[in-house]
Amino acid sequence: MDWVLATLIGLLYGSGLFLMMRRTLIQLIIGLGLLSHGANLLIFVAGGYGRGNAPILEEGYKTFNSLPADPLPQALILTAIVISFAVTAFALTLFLRTVKSTGTDDVDTMLEDNT
Amino acid sequence: MNVIPALPIIIPLLSALLALVKRGSILWQKIIGIFSSLLLLLISILLVLKVANGSAPLILHTGSWIAPYGITLVVDMLAAAMLLLSAILALAVSVYSCGDLDEDRFRFGFVPLTLIMMMGVNGAFLAGDIFNLYVWFEVLLIASFVLLSLGGKQKQMEGSVKYVTLNLISSALFLAGIGVLYGMAGTLNMAQLAEFISHGDSNSSAALSSALFLAGFGIKAGIFPLYFWLPASYPTPPASVSAIFSGLLTKVGVYALIRVFTLIYVQDVEFTHGLLLGLATFTMVTGVLGAASQFEIRTILSFHIISQIGYMIMGLGLFTHLAIAGTIFYLIHHMIVKTNLFLVGGVILHLKGSTHLKRIGGLYKERPLLCILFMIPAMSLAGVPPLSGFFAKFILIVAALKAEQWLVCGVGLFVGLVTLYSMTKIWANGFWAAQPIEQNKIKPISNGKLFALLSPIVALSLITICIGFGAMFVFDFADRASTLLLDRSFYIDHVLGGYIK
Repeated sequence: MDWVLATLIGLLYGSGLFLMMRRTLIQLIIGLGLLSHGANLLIFVAGGYGRGNAPILEEGYKTFNSLPADPLPQALILTAIVISFAVTAFALTLFLRTVKSTGTDDVDTMLEDNT
Repeated sequence: MNVIPALPIIIPLLSALLALVKRGSILWQKIIGIFSSLLLLLISILLVLKVANGSAPLILHTGSWIAPYGITLVVDMLAAAMLLLSAILALAVSVYSCGDLDEDRFRFGFVPLTLIMMMGVNGAFLAGDIFNLYVWFEVLLIASFVLLSLGGKQKQMEGSVKYVTLNLISSALFLAGIGVLYGMAGTLNMAQLAEFISHGDSNSSAALSSALFLAGFGIKAGIFPLYFWLPASYPTPPASVSAIFSGLLTKVGVYALIRVFTLIYVQDVEFTHGLLLGLATFTMVTGVLGAASQFEIRTILSFHIISQIGYMIMGLGLFTHLAIAGTIFYLIHHMIVKTNLFLVGGVILHLKGSTHLKRIGGLYKERPLLCILFMIPAMSLAGVPPLSGFFAKFILIVAALKAEQWLVCGVGLFVGLVTLYSMTKIWANGFWAAQPIEQNKIKPISNGKLFALLSPIVALSLITICIGFGAMFVFDFADRASTLLLDRSFYIDHVLGGYIK
């Protein structure tokens, strides 16, 4: 399983970075999205995954019988997903405004106008 | 439970909500902005006084969940100093904005956005675990995105696109570093992480996460070679916005670097801090050369942020007691001075309608007071005694000499000289030279507005002079803060005090 997920993360990072180096804003934002998915998946893998019981103590016990699943990576990823959702929404709005005010979605042309 | 450490987060949050409720009234917006910054200032003075003698840091375990299980807020000397400085800057800018910004920007939420950003900045200074640091970074970033693009013209939008993109990449790197770190240590509490890494052998996961953090924070702090977004975006918004950005945001990145590279990653100092030192050298040189080649006041100032960041990272890279003290002194000096220079730049824009050195001039004849107000922070930035910048540079240079880093030391001195050159360039072209014939037509500003613009500049200049003349006092503070930063067990024991290891 590890190598499948590792390849997937690599693919997400690679294609994310590739898209970010393209010239149009829409590819930039898709790249950003892929990059943050890659990071989320990385937390998931690094935090350790596998089968385990819910980390809830049974009544009367002070320790777990078997090693429970770690709930924290999911909590971290959930937070990160919410944040990247909000940020992507904002970035889309910003890019739309930029396209409207500069009349182009090509990053290079924007720079030429600048000088 | 002592709730004072949470107040720097709660006050801006509640005031921002109040400002949103009072959206219709611009007067109320201004009042809320000024009063909440004043309140923040009082709280942070209180916090500084509580920790200044080098005793235990103030710690708040939110919800009484003790570290490392709960969210921990830690106020040590460095954090307290940063809180105080950011409160001073917030107050200065909230007064300044009354004269600087047009009504539309207030109507579209300048005050609540600034307050939310302050909440994020303060949260980042207080965070006791690394994931909370990430969350606070995102809070301050999204507020800063909106502030930067608010009411944007074309150029401002282009700057914002670069700023947003680079910062999102930096956040993704930071997050990946967090993932690697969690996989290795199974905790994200900074104190526990520090303990984990110092007990375990240094392994590849630690090295990988430190590299990811270095890149992530490096983009935010604007160190070489990741600073290109900074001169593209900082000069574009109105002076109120770029002043608070220049004083605060890159410094949050520097703060995060100091925190992780004094507390967590100190296993392989020769490599990590050597790398930091090398990066610092390049940052100083490229920043100052960029500044020397520019003719627009705000772009010059933006490039100078980069070279100044280089000095701070240089202190961190040297990693001796004196050098860390120098870095803290530099932070204190730099945040005040840099914001002040951007504020002066904004006044010039209001008076002359431009900040391009080839289009302005004659300020010396027209506004002698403004000349003095420019001279103080400018000479301080260049490191002319007896102003604050001289002592800040002096400590770092001495630290470099003691560490026998001759090259860095020479570069530091050279960069100081070029800084002086570009400050005199602004002085010669903007203040001394005659006004070029093609003058921009501008509306004269009322005396009330001029008062709002100039009073924060006067106040910040006075602080600069005070730091210069009271350098011994400030140095004592920085020295103690440095002792505590380097004594890692002090931090670890206090944060994890209630937890059986």
